[in-house]
Amino acid sequence: MNLLIIIISYIVCAPFIGGLLAGIDRKITARMQARVGPPVLQPFFDVMKLLLKENLVVRRSQNFYIWFYLFFIIFTGVLFFTGEDLLLSIFALTLAEIFFVLGAYKTSSPYSFLGAQRELFQIMAYEPMILLSIIGMYMVTGSFYIFDIVRFHKPLVFFLPGLCAGVVYILAIKFRKSPFDLSMSHHAHQELVRGITTEFSGRTLAMIEVAHWYEYTVILGFVYLFFAANPGVGILSVLVVFFLQILIDNVFARVKWQLTIQSSWLVALTAGLGNLIVLYFVRK
Amino acid sequence: MPRIPLMNILWARAFCRKCNTAGRGLCTYRKIFMNCIVFLIAIPCVAAFFLLFLRCSILRGAIVFFTSFLVCCASIFLLVTQFNREISYFDFVLPGISSAMTVIKVALAAYIFFIGIKHKNFVISGLIALQVILFLSFEYTHGHALVVAHNLFIDKFSVIMVMIVGIIGSLIAVFSLGYMRDFHEQYHKEIKDNRGLFFFLIFVFLSAMFGIVCSNNLLWVYFFWEITTVCSFLLIRYKQTDESVRNALFALKMNLFGGVAFIAAIWLLYQSTGTIELDKLILHGGGIALLPVVLLGFAGLTKSAQMPFSSWLTGAMVAPTPVSALLHSSTMVNAGVYLILRFAGVFQVRLAGFMLGIIGGVTFLIASFIAITQSDAKKVLAYSTIANLGLVVLCGGIGTYEAVWAGILLIIFHAIAKGLLFLCVGIIEHKIHSRDIEDMSGLIITMPKISIMLQLGMAGMFLAPFGMLISKWAVLKALVDFNPVLAVFIVFGGTATLFFWVKWMGRLLIVSGEPRDLEKNISLTEWIPLSGLALLTLGICALFPVVSSTMIEPYVREIYGVSIAMSRGNIVIMSIMLGLVMLFPLSFINYGKNVKVVDAYLGGANATPGTSFFGPGGKMTAMETRNYYLTDYLNEKRLLEFGAVLCLVLIAFMFIVSYW
Repeated sequence: MNLLIIIISYIVCAPFIGGLLAGIDRKITARMQARVGPPVLQPFFDVMKLLLKENLVVRRSQNFYIWFYLFFIIFTGVLFFTGEDLLLSIFALTLAEIFFVLGAYKTSSPYSFLGAQRELFQIMAYEPMILLSIIGMYMVTGSFYIFDIVRFHKPLVFFLPGLCAGVVYILAIKFRKSPFDLSMSHHAHQELVRGITTEFSGRTLAMIEVAHWYEYTVILGFVYLFFAANPGVGILSVLVVFFLQILIDNVFARVKWQLTIQSSWLVALTAGLGNLIVLYFVRK
Repeated sequence: MPRIPLMNILWARAFCRKCNTAGRGLCTYRKIFMNCIVFLIAIPCVAAFFLLFLRCSILRGAIVFFTSFLVCCASIFLLVTQFNREISYFDFVLPGISSAMTVIKVALAAYIFFIGIKHKNFVISGLIALQVILFLSFEYTHGHALVVAHNLFIDKFSVIMVMIVGIIGSLIAVFSLGYMRDFHEQYHKEIKDNRGLFFFLIFVFLSAMFGIVCSNNLLWVYFFWEITTVCSFLLIRYKQTDESVRNALFALKMNLFGGVAFIAAIWLLYQSTGTIELDKLILHGGGIALLPVVLLGFAGLTKSAQMPFSSWLTGAMVAPTPVSALLHSSTMVNAGVYLILRFAGVFQVRLAGFMLGIIGGVTFLIASFIAITQSDAKKVLAYSTIANLGLVVLCGGIGTYEAVWAGILLIIFHAIAKGLLFLCVGIIEHKIHSRDIEDMSGLIITMPKISIMLQLGMAGMFLAPFGMLISKWAVLKALVDFNPVLAVFIVFGGTATLFFWVKWMGRLLIVSGEPRDLEKNISLTEWIPLSGLALLTLGICALFPVVSSTMIEPYVREIYGVSIAMSRGNIVIMSIMLGLVMLFPLSFINYGKNVKVVDAYLGGANATPGTSFFGPGGKMTAMETRNYYLTDYLNEKRLLEFGAVLCLVLIAFMFIVSYW
């Protein structure tokens, strides 16, 4: 019963939190660029407007993939916030991403195709870092269960500073933010048009947007795990990290995919793996 | 032997336990097991000789069908009766069997020697001569004193392997019927029709595989091992073109290295322990000398196409597709990892075992990255096989109970999905006359069923909640518990795997060109194995908890005293995910409803719907997309060389530390 309440409240609340974060993001970004910016609730208005629009498709089955993308993102979130196996929830997240990519392939449009390929590069770039941090968490807490990881008595960041820094580095890739907004630009006037979402419209585009909101909560939840011993500090750190992402987004221009993969793997191999090796020998 | 109704056999476990403890020799039920194993080894062999001399294709079809059916039934029978039982050993003595084996062995060796001379490949002749000398001198010096209590045995691991060989192998044999007919009568008229030999080899191969996994006497394992080497050589050479002869000779050479190591290992094992029985050696555990076991591991590396020997498997792609399917999924390569996993307990916590594991890990990593650069579908599959076997070797080398559990899971899932993938690619190659991945766009329209099966097989290879992901999860856990730094192989290799599978899957989904129906002429003998394997790919994911708890865990517990299982919560989650993914086809109820179909945006005014547009200056430009192959960054040849050198150094180290 308790579990059911958690699940339902997650499914209901997560998009509000995610949407709100997106709104705050836009507001802060605007202020950084010396603009007034839209109201904080603008993302919700956007999605509502999209819901009323006509649903245009290139291929009749392309939207099904997006349904399952949203579906599995929510599933991931539920796994994550009910304290289940961390590895499994990341695998579920990957499954969701793959549905997104396959949907873009399905549209048979060159810009979606380009976006899909780049999205795959992004997955390649961030996944090693995420998996290495999960391994690090397992080494410290002895469990893959989020439930146990959260309950660990000391902040994990004391043991895993390199991994934590690495996760912050790849966060921009996961958020599809500059300098790593390779697969979908937020402004549809560049070389990749709108990238992976080029051929999605109306209700389907709204679903993608909502899926991103859910994704926000999972990713920030992942960052929270590093500071979970003290919930206050944890939430504060997550907000700091979030602000940092916005700052980076506004300071840097987009880089090429080569640099994205090379730099993130370099970070994973040095900060991430280095952290694991040190931890292994200290423990031994 | 008294007649026993089938149901009695199924219910008779309690009886059997009793007579096991009483130690009154073989009871009736164990006789049945033994006969079942002998049946599995003998029947394909007998059928093979019939097929060799038959010219009538209807009769040939009937025999292939019937034998495959029998083999399938016998494998399942073995599973059902062996269910919940302990290991059974059989002292199978047939007068003259060992001299018959010696004669066959020497005859085969003479044949290989002759082949080596004929093709001026003197390394082959030298290797086989060395093997025969070692073998005969072993027979001469120790043969008369050699006491082998049990020649055959069956335990849970053997049963798993028998199921893989029996079911997947016979499905592939049935598939070959239709495929080889089209191959000779439609697509490759220039190649000499030698289907009698083809089916002969396939069934001898299956028989030898049953022999490998059920023999307790290492000399027997070696005998069957060499038969698979010769069979694979002849099958790869089947087309008789220059390329196929060259690649077949290369494969033969690589496998002969393993053969030499094998017979040397037998010799050393006998000298140090006085026995060549698998069960006794494994019981010795850490106590037995390491060098012979490392030699066996080396033989396993050659058979399982690990670096630096991997090229023989990619070269074997010249053979007709069912051969590739057979070599990759159910037979040949599994023999190598089977042997390594058998001795996993010996490798555990030994430096040499660690080295072996690293060789597997390096192979997984490098082969996965090479697979990204390949656009030839069969090559992608080949590299993925090499990579996944590397993972199994990694598990065997570490040798902890978790790793062995994960390794066996990997073998099962990989065999099924890979078999399916190869058969699909074989059909596609015949229908679109290309096996380039980039030519496969629009398959979802032209060959919907095949393309869905192909996607299912791919999903089975890398995606949650399907098979290989479950086993990768298990491997990751085993590695982390052993030494977390090793996880780096799977973490980086895994992302490469994801990349090359998804871009292929995506290519299948893209719609372009005219809709045509290419699936019309696929015969029933091809549909049955295809759908059978597709169902198995799905079914094994759903049944995996049962397979694990009734087969793999008992085996691991027998060897290590402890075992591991996936926790119940995670099984539930996996099942929910599987159920959810299965819902995907349901979304097609909504096909084309509430949507307005428009043209794709091509960056200019569209000329023809979605395929060409008016570019700069009003010129009509065709739209074309092509996946990334990253050939500027990853060079197949250089990566292979790098891997070969690295693994050779590791192998050298492995021998040095084992001799120490």
